[in-house]
Amino acid sequence: MTTEKNNPIKKVNIICAKGAIEDVYATLVMGNGAVMEGIETNLFFTFFGLDAIVKTRMDKLHTGVIGNPALRLPGGLRMPTWMGVIPGMEAFTSWMMKSQMAQLDIPPVSEFLDLITAGGGNIYACKLAMDMFKFKPEDLSEHVSGVLTIGEFYEKAGGEGSQIIFT
Amino acid sequence: MAQKTYAGIAVDVNEEGYFITPSQWTREIATEIAKEESLTLTDQHFDIIEWLRKRHNAGEVLSIRSINHSAVLDVKTFYQLFPGAPLKKATKIAGIPKPVSCI
Repeated sequence: MTTEKNNPIKKVNIICAKGAIEDVYATLVMGNGAVMEGIETNLFFTFFGLDAIVKTRMDKLHTGVIGNPALRLPGGLRMPTWMGVIPGMEAFTSWMMKSQMAQLDIPPVSEFLDLITAGGGNIYACKLAMDMFKFKPEDLSEHVSGVLTIGEFYEKAGGEGSQIIFT
Repeated sequence: MAQKTYAGIAVDVNEEGYFITPSQWTREIATEIAKEESLTLTDQHFDIIEWLRKRHNAGEVLSIRSINHSAVLDVKTFYQLFPGAPLKKATKIAGIPKPVSCI
């Protein structure tokens, strides 16, 4: 028996603190993947990550085009930073990202939350960030099971074989 | 390549127990694999198993999302029918390879 088999991951608790497409999808893919493996899953959205669970914003996320040295133009050339200030460049890049993901059958954020909760995954919002950004519980997706303080989050994250992941 | 005997028939499986030759599968075999997973198969189980086999034979990559488009059942019911890791369990019982999708 290998160490991996002796110590399987039984629970993952993933924190998403940023609201760009790639940050949110890292959380959603890892969260959904855990649910699919039968791993207990808690997703905790805080700060700008809250956009992923706010109804009016969740399917309109963007990718940042300034300060992203890995960003490439179609064809593979690096995108110069100055191009990021061209009006519409961020919207275009975000549209490109979304269409590439759609081709791979990656669902929109709202549908992803639906898949995760259908499998028993839990979605939480951070109380402090909610207060800071003046969001109310009714602004959140129906898939959110609660607004938690950080203390409550740690309580839920406890247990043998449990991992906390910050994306 | 290993062999396993289900319902009196020897089938080719990989080290994880997934079928190498999906054409060796029968409903009786499915019932026996399900027993190993502590599951008793109902008509609803067989409906989605048949659908998974059809999609696999059509060369499609199976994902949890695709279940919602199956018109057989929704993802929530799928998780209830095959508790734990439904896509892995269902494909094993359906006698098709383990899905390689991340979604």
